[in-house]
Amino acid sequence: MRLLQTFHKLRYHYLMLLPGLVLGGMFVFYPIFAALFYALHDWSGFNSDLVFVGLGNFVALFHDPIFWDAFKRSMIFLLGTVPLQMGLSLVLAVLLNNQLLKLSSFFRTMVFLPVVTPVAVMGIVWTFLLSPFNGPINGILLDLGMISRPIDFLGKSENVMGSVILVYVWKWLGLTMIYWLAALQTVPDEVYDAARLDNCRGARLIRHVVLPIILPFALAILLISAVGALNVFPLIMSMTNGGPFFASEVMEIFIYRTAFATGDGSIPRLGYAAAAGVLFGGVVLALTIVQALASRASKGKVEGATT
Amino acid sequence: MRHLLNPMRWIFGDHRPTRQVALISTLLTVVCLIWIYPFLWMISTSLKSNAEIFANPGLIPRGFAIENYQRAWTEAHMGSYFVNTLLVTVGSVIIVTLCTSTLGYVLGRFKFPGRNVIFFGFVATVFIPQGFTIIPVFELLTWLGLSSNLYGLTLATSGHAMVIFVILFAGYFSQLPKELEEAARVDGVSFLQTFWYVMLPLARPMVVTVVIMQVLHSWNDFLLPLVVTLANPAIRTLSVGLYAFKGEQFIDWTGMAAAATISVIPVVVLFILLQRYFINGLSGAVKG
Repeated sequence: MRLLQTFHKLRYHYLMLLPGLVLGGMFVFYPIFAALFYALHDWSGFNSDLVFVGLGNFVALFHDPIFWDAFKRSMIFLLGTVPLQMGLSLVLAVLLNNQLLKLSSFFRTMVFLPVVTPVAVMGIVWTFLLSPFNGPINGILLDLGMISRPIDFLGKSENVMGSVILVYVWKWLGLTMIYWLAALQTVPDEVYDAARLDNCRGARLIRHVVLPIILPFALAILLISAVGALNVFPLIMSMTNGGPFFASEVMEIFIYRTAFATGDGSIPRLGYAAAAGVLFGGVVLALTIVQALASRASKGKVEGATT
Repeated sequence: MRHLLNPMRWIFGDHRPTRQVALISTLLTVVCLIWIYPFLWMISTSLKSNAEIFANPGLIPRGFAIENYQRAWTEAHMGSYFVNTLLVTVGSVIIVTLCTSTLGYVLGRFKFPGRNVIFFGFVATVFIPQGFTIIPVFELLTWLGLSSNLYGLTLATSGHAMVIFVILFAGYFSQLPKELEEAARVDGVSFLQTFWYVMLPLARPMVVTVVIMQVLHSWNDFLLPLVVTLANPAIRTLSVGLYAFKGEQFIDWTGMAAAATISVIPVVVLFILLQRYFINGLSGAVKG
């Protein structure tokens, strides 16, 4: 009875929740459970019947070398981009955080520019820039005498991952840089003044003052960057379609190709693709949990150090 | 004293700040030139004639080949794709702002049965990648009969990015003083009116941030419009349209560059005009 009274008293609150909950229910919560459901079925299209196969799709995935290759490539991409992106952007942020630098905001804008532009569009522009046939990047490298023959950046299996990793870093460096700047700017000036009075400089300043303050941010930035590096569908699709010969097929391209691409005459396997998505989502979730735990542990440590 | 974070100072000590600044500026200028080179090349190529691109590899075009833009706009259908993208963007911004501000307001300011379930339900899904849910989303749109029209695309574009905005709004509203609603109630203002006339205007900075982030998301989205437009090329967005254009016309560099410039310019202009809000909004995401 009391619960009913509460509901009645808060009826406008619940009413106000409704539009957002309906939208979230349709496109956030329902798809997660539906993906889990499809993953347990063999299903080739939107009109045909679902056949329950239990964990059959997962068993098949474990024995599918193409799936593991795609999984491995996603991990290579993650390990190739995240340290590079975080390191370079930290250096840039530290340089830009210099108050004597009058053009700081101009530089910041320029480095940030790629972040706001459509990924797929810039991916296509980069395929032209990197073209081995009169592409401008090869032209510049030839003019500088750094190479003697044009390099096929995207057409050779051994080059393609490195090339897409560099383009990815170009695209998203500005975003990580903004995160670092936000972190650096939380260090109040008094902290530096106090450190200077205590004659704490250089490496000791970094180790005992700056690092403990930005470390919790570093973990948040690491997580955002890691999750970002697993969402690379638009960039790789627009640059290589996963080619040449699957050499840049990461998990998302594998899922898309298995579920939707029927160009090569094969039957769409939506259940199988959903199962791959569940496994992939599981990895992302695990990453998130690990990061959250690490973040909590490090925050405790920092608080312990400052008290 | 932020310049103490400057590595040049650790090397040079407290001397010659001007020399350091000059050094850093030079370094940063080089970085910026590399960073904006793709844009300069794109715009420059879009203004060259087809005969000129290989004869004149420099960045300054000899003339203004406006016909590239005409070709991209009509023959490559970039004009209609532009309108589609604009409609999806405006529609999803309105839906997202209304749905997430109301949800964030109630979740951020009130305790009620079910609040924690809803709130942590949203938080738990923040990092689920788009590729994970694309199949059920497409299937749901098909079931609703919206799988190959702009309504479906707009709705799905709104739903796909809303979680982070709900969390941002909830955080923002929870920080506003508690007395606001009481004062409104004393004045006899209803709950919905309080939200619309008092609370939402107070949350304007967050509204601006959410609007900008949703504009970016919807203008730049690729996987969802690619899947939704598979059956109906007429409703392609700019990104998908350019991707299809590349598949059909990979020789037409200048037309492609013009089409790319058409897709990129609106967001770049918006960014440069509203830069402060972009940066603040994104910084808030990492601080929060």
